[in-house]
Amino acid sequence: MGMIRQFKIWRGDSTSGEMVDYQTEIDEGMVVLDAIHKIQAESAGDLAIRWNCKAGKCGSCSIEINGMPKLACMTRMNDYQPDQVITCSPMKSFPVIKDLVTDVSWNYEQNKRIRPLAPKPRDKDGNYRMMQQDVDRIQEFRKCIECYLCQNTCHVLRDHQKKSNFVGPRFMIMLAGLEMHPLDTADRIPEIKEDFGSGMCNITKCCTVVCPEHIQITDNGIIPLKERVVDRYYDPLMWLKRKLFPDKKI
Amino acid sequence: MDLKDFKTYEYEVVVVGAGGAGLRAAIECSAEGMETALICKSLLGKAHTVMAEGGMAAALGNVDNRDHWKVHFRDTMRGGKFLNVWRMAELHAQQAPERVRELEQWGAVFDRTATGLINQRNFGGHRYPRLAHVGDRTGLEMIRTLQDYGVHQGFDVFMEYSVLDLLKDGERISGVVAMVRDTGEFIVFRAKAIILATGGAGKAWKVTSNSWEYTGDGYAMAYEAGAELMDMEFTQFHPTGMVWPPSVAGILVTEGVRGEGGILTNNEGRRFMFDNIPERFASETAPDEEEANRWLSGDKNARRPPELLTRDVVARAIMKEVKEGRGSPHGGAFLDIASRREGDYIKRKLPSMFHQFKVLAELDITRQPMEVGPTLHYFMGGIRVDADSQMTNVPGLFACGECSAGMHGANRLGGNSLSDLLVFGKLAGTGAAEYCRSRKAMPSVDPDQITTIIRDATAILNRERGENPYLIHDDLRDTMQHKVGIVRAESDLLEGIDELHKLRQRYQLVKADGASQYNPGWHEALSVRNLLITSEVVARSALMREESRGGHTRLDYEGERQEWSNANVVVRKAADGSMLVEPVVRPEPPEYLKEIAYAELSELETSIRNELK
Repeated sequence: MGMIRQFKIWRGDSTSGEMVDYQTEIDEGMVVLDAIHKIQAESAGDLAIRWNCKAGKCGSCSIEINGMPKLACMTRMNDYQPDQVITCSPMKSFPVIKDLVTDVSWNYEQNKRIRPLAPKPRDKDGNYRMMQQDVDRIQEFRKCIECYLCQNTCHVLRDHQKKSNFVGPRFMIMLAGLEMHPLDTADRIPEIKEDFGSGMCNITKCCTVVCPEHIQITDNGIIPLKERVVDRYYDPLMWLKRKLFPDKKI
Repeated sequence: MDLKDFKTYEYEVVVVGAGGAGLRAAIECSAEGMETALICKSLLGKAHTVMAEGGMAAALGNVDNRDHWKVHFRDTMRGGKFLNVWRMAELHAQQAPERVRELEQWGAVFDRTATGLINQRNFGGHRYPRLAHVGDRTGLEMIRTLQDYGVHQGFDVFMEYSVLDLLKDGERISGVVAMVRDTGEFIVFRAKAIILATGGAGKAWKVTSNSWEYTGDGYAMAYEAGAELMDMEFTQFHPTGMVWPPSVAGILVTEGVRGEGGILTNNEGRRFMFDNIPERFASETAPDEEEANRWLSGDKNARRPPELLTRDVVARAIMKEVKEGRGSPHGGAFLDIASRREGDYIKRKLPSMFHQFKVLAELDITRQPMEVGPTLHYFMGGIRVDADSQMTNVPGLFACGECSAGMHGANRLGGNSLSDLLVFGKLAGTGAAEYCRSRKAMPSVDPDQITTIIRDATAILNRERGENPYLIHDDLRDTMQHKVGIVRAESDLLEGIDELHKLRQRYQLVKADGASQYNPGWHEALSVRNLLITSEVVARSALMREESRGGHTRLDYEGERQEWSNANVVVRKAADGSMLVEPVVRPEPPEYLKEIAYAELSELETSIRNELK
């Protein structure tokens, strides 16, 4: 019942590499990651790819399949025509370690730059109270599985290599999740503008398109942050209010 | 060789594994002022905890205020068929609520009740709605919260390092040798204390919900270092894994589907769980659809539907339906939520299940029933530890989370794992810190031990030719699936042990092609050693326990047996290198815990009410 399918997989390391042809038999329901595992077991034992859950929950197997940034575990073989060659290459925005594995440590450095939640004190009974409608929007951001496909796609990072100016979509929604967190007491607007570069995003929404969790990164995360920055720094009424009532957090 | 020939780091505590337990342990070690390293096999935040779906059990009483730690404790003991370490079940039930609140304080955003408290959902074996949850991605919420909080606590994280073996200074633990995946180089970590938080070994079976990381590394390393393993015959087959298509067989379908009202039917449309209610749970389970439906609509006096019986019971019932010809087309049962809840509700409460079936099986769970069957999910057994400190019988070696034994007895309740990780992760951190303070000097490491470990690892690459590690692993999974599966018998187990012996011989000649940099074939070969040791421990423990209890089912010894009700099977490496398997009599539990665990539910609830007045 299986059929033989053709693959071109990038093999190499940080110094050099090339596309190498493979083929393997595909059964019903297989995803691209299954095919890569089969090739590993049959003919390329040292072919490197990251993976963990194989169910779209951990965000490890991010690669570019026929040019599109995708999770290999959630990309079905029957999404492609039977005679179509499947091309697998590493994420372009990060340095290659080996084959399909890239060095994503830059993202972990960004995570560490972001201050953790600064929670207000608990209620007297030891609980916190937050209404569901007040946490719906941050729960959307917290669905993020850190696959870094958005970071890979963001043209500020990918084409312009502005990694020192912009923290990238993944961490913009992390910041949004903290800024909009009902328990958070920190004022994050200055650093969102100055340190993390909210102004760098020009809303092409490519990050939203590739997000496997379908998070509305730009519309629900980045744009509201940009609005808060504008309110703080460029709205004359707000500016006056802050001058008159300097103690209030506005 | 001399120690200065090896690249060496020095810490007070090294935590191996960065799922919920390892992260929580590392956070506690840092809070205790210990110089701490956290070593993870994958990238940080990708460990198996990320896949946990349904929730974390804690008697917060937010949804039903009759809940109390004593009821949670009683549920845990009954679910574990009274083979749990009593003290661990007590500590867990008492401390879980504060661990959940602490996680919220660190940034976790659980689903809310109408009054704004942490919402709780129903789950198998839990008397009340008890699982704090975020839709069906609770594990992600937990690991991300611990990660984002943890990176600011001062411990060092070593990502994509594989720990190969433990080092000892006489009886004491003194460090580990690890391999850096990117470069293939070896690093020695010296430490006063090691905390293992390495999870289970599901990758020994063909059908499993576990990822590539789950290769029993902690069990094998602890065993080799002289630690005791306990209850290893109790392997949990989760009743609802995907069965179709073949490439996704085993992937978990959360118990939350049944918690939200989902029902199990056979190919005749019958809710067969009504025919499978064990005596012990009969008085607390709805006997018919009428009462089960009242429970679903929120009637607090109605008893729970039988789909929410413990996992061992449900898994066996599905097997029986399939065996007797009443299974679904691909050899499972039907799990139906579509006819029980509105589409929007399903998408809100079970979003990742909706997505998973849509993409991987081309099936819309708001319209059609799912096909599900048992999948190897969890190890109740593991490294034997002291209940309060989590230390093993090897001084300086600690274990917590799935790789440790005792908390869950013969069967784990859903939702008790995530809370286990936090409760015992924290206790292991405290235990390790206390141990370190009591031992001023850093133990010494032996260059010969290090050389042997490195030589064994590199031999796999250096051999001219040999066995393909992927094929040995495949054959191992076949053996465990068929000879040490969900239903066991002496003849199968003996054959299985014999096959494992042959696999071990083949493993002596395993060969990985390619260089040492990021080489999956090499990692596969290194993992297979750990899987082989773990599999043999499971098979031999299963052979010894001549009864059926919880996650261990023997065709030739049906039912729970009195003579086994008071013994745990303990395994260790004997001085001559052989595997020593023996039953160990359990200590008598304290009276006050016995009273709670064996109480009638109504009696217990009355006494709790009186106590609260």
